[in-house]
Amino acid sequence: MLDSFWQGWILVITLGSIIGCGVLIQYTSRGQRKEETDETTGHNYDGIEELDNPLPRWWVMMFWSTIVFAVAYMGVYGYGNIKGFLTVEVDGEQVAWSSHNQWKEEVQTFEQKIAPLYNEYAETPIAELIHNEEAMQTGQRLFKSNCSVCHGTTAKGARGFPNLTDDDWLYGGKPENIVQTITHGRQAAMPAWQSVLGDEGVADMTQYVRSLSGLEHDAAAAQRAAPKYQQNCMVCHGAEGKGNQLLGAPNLTDDVWLYGGSTKDITFTLKNGRNGRMPAFNEIWDTNTDQKIHVVSAYVYSLSQKK
Amino acid sequence: MSTAFDHPEYNYKVVRQFAIMTVVWGIVGMAVGVLIAAQLAWPALNFDTPWLSFGRLRPLHTNAVIFAFGGSALFATSYYIVQRTCRTRLFSDTLAAFTFWGWNAIIVAAAITLPLGFTSTKEYAELEWPIDIAVAIVWVAYVVNFLGTIAIRKESHIYVANWFFAAFMIMVAILYIGNNLSVPVSMFKSYSIYAGTVDAMVQWWWGHNAVGFFLTAGFLGIMYYFVPKQAGRPVYSYRLSIVHFWALISIYVWAGGHHLHYSALPDWAQTAGMIMSLILLAPSWGGMINGMMTLSGAWHKLRNDPILRFLVVSLSFYGMSTFEGPMMSIKTVNALSHNTDWTIGHVHSGALGWVAMVSIGALYHLIPIMFGRKAGDMHSVKLINVHFWLSTIGTVLYIAAMWVNGIMQGLMWRAVNADGTLTYSFVESVEASHGGYVVRVLGGALFLLGMLIMAYNVYMTVRSANKEVANAVPAQA
Repeated sequence: MLDSFWQGWILVITLGSIIGCGVLIQYTSRGQRKEETDETTGHNYDGIEELDNPLPRWWVMMFWSTIVFAVAYMGVYGYGNIKGFLTVEVDGEQVAWSSHNQWKEEVQTFEQKIAPLYNEYAETPIAELIHNEEAMQTGQRLFKSNCSVCHGTTAKGARGFPNLTDDDWLYGGKPENIVQTITHGRQAAMPAWQSVLGDEGVADMTQYVRSLSGLEHDAAAAQRAAPKYQQNCMVCHGAEGKGNQLLGAPNLTDDVWLYGGSTKDITFTLKNGRNGRMPAFNEIWDTNTDQKIHVVSAYVYSLSQKK
Repeated sequence: MSTAFDHPEYNYKVVRQFAIMTVVWGIVGMAVGVLIAAQLAWPALNFDTPWLSFGRLRPLHTNAVIFAFGGSALFATSYYIVQRTCRTRLFSDTLAAFTFWGWNAIIVAAAITLPLGFTSTKEYAELEWPIDIAVAIVWVAYVVNFLGTIAIRKESHIYVANWFFAAFMIMVAILYIGNNLSVPVSMFKSYSIYAGTVDAMVQWWWGHNAVGFFLTAGFLGIMYYFVPKQAGRPVYSYRLSIVHFWALISIYVWAGGHHLHYSALPDWAQTAGMIMSLILLAPSWGGMINGMMTLSGAWHKLRNDPILRFLVVSLSFYGMSTFEGPMMSIKTVNALSHNTDWTIGHVHSGALGWVAMVSIGALYHLIPIMFGRKAGDMHSVKLINVHFWLSTIGTVLYIAAMWVNGIMQGLMWRAVNADGTLTYSFVESVEASHGGYVVRVLGGALFLLGMLIMAYNVYMTVRSANKEVANAVPAQA
């Protein structure tokens, strides 16, 4: 909101400039000739003379019409704190135009228009919806504009971002798990173990983790770390290292590595921890939210069902 | 050639220097333009080299064509016109020489620092603060010299061209200094004193008036002298020049807000930007009408005077872009055109079609005079004609390609499917633009080729003028 001084100031200088143009036209056309002429004003600059022709009538009309339009536009759309005549519908109410309200109206109108389509999709269970080709195209487009930044356009993931096309799921791959993940997001919490295990402890534990999935490792070091694994890591990753989908703790016995399976990568993970974050889409989409999540969840589910 | 062509009364030396540098900087600036246009069509031309990359060369291109080429054209013509129409020598030859060497030193400094990556990141105001200060000093010297010359004039009235030059240089001084106020943190780094939306508004207050005053008011000054001179006809209407001058300079400063439609800029400021831009249509066209109608009774001269063709076609492009500009400032149209190539096309129909072509026409009239010949007496009239067609076709190809690209991009970006998702990804619109980018390179290359032909024509004119002088000396003795 502008305070009254600035509101007055912008009105005065704006209208002053616009009306000034009108005054300028009127003042200059006073006493002008009616017709075109060959008479000059009598000035001569380096051989250049100036004719005393009147202002072209069509040009003056054009000038005036832009002036009238400008003032009318201010009345219709408002100026500063002064509301214009134009209203838009936001949340079912007529409110004065502002660019923000115009945007809200457009978004709401559009969301209402597409709601029936999404409602129809939402009524079909995900396991069935994956056979609806049009719904899957919609899901793919939603995925591409919202998810592909991290998970890639082919959903195969990237370092730190899970591959969604395989059978390995951090938080579960059933339709309801996927819906839960997309709706509320996920916050991984692998702690940093440097202070607990120390340099040697981390090095030993790295060998132990590698041994779980049958990678090349130093058996003696792995042996030393085994009891510490059962003390510290077992809580989330399980006694056999098979992980826990309730906590999002990865299975350490397979060959899928979110942050890399090399000695260096595992050491880094152990030392510094990892805090992968999947955003919550119920905070991102504010209309047709559950329905959209339903469709995009079906799309993600379909990716690992194809064989 | 140093003193042989000096005028007994007027300072022609500084005019001659700036006129020649206009051609030189025009070629440099446009060559960089063709290169960066080619980079957009074929990205491999960035050569993975930082100082050859688009991001650094684009400001070099804009600064070179606006301030080096356009600036030199304005210095040359304004110094020439103010002396001729005031019937007096420049106020100060020392200040004149200072502006020439100072301005060119600034251009060289820009050509070094911009590719090295020194930038304030403000469009058309990228130069860092030490260079900004140099610009301000040289510019004030220019204003003092120009207004000083008007003050000591022997003509009782001040000619229209001089009104426009005076308004242009005073406003550019205010806007340039206002927009570039910043806090230096090191020799080549500074931060704007404005923040956020205010910074954006001040930036476009300057940015749009770089167009309105530098590229419009200044070049209208050129038009008001060279069109009646070359046509040999009186200016159509003195009355019209009064209205359109005062309306143009008082309304143009309002228009910058239209660059920030649908942004965080308050609605009233966007509204002001739009309605003032629409009001600008008539004042802008006043200049076109006055130029065009000056030819009434002399249209036949277009048949065999390519210099007059340059001037008249430049007025046509001026009229077209000053119609297009207000249309694009309407918010509904802007919703489609904003951030697309349409904007680039609009700028170039003004920059190539109007600014460059009116300058080229003026230079072909002026340069022979600077070397002791009659107005327009160039080495080859035929080559002027070739240049004219290359410029016209080049400009048309450029802007047509950008219209097609721009409207296509705008439509692709807003297309939505029945399910509310976007129909096209951004990169699909980039792929679809490739054809237009190639046509633009072609258009720009034709325009550049015309400038090279001009350089040859100027060189030959100067060479034969020098020979004439050399031959004339023994005869006098």
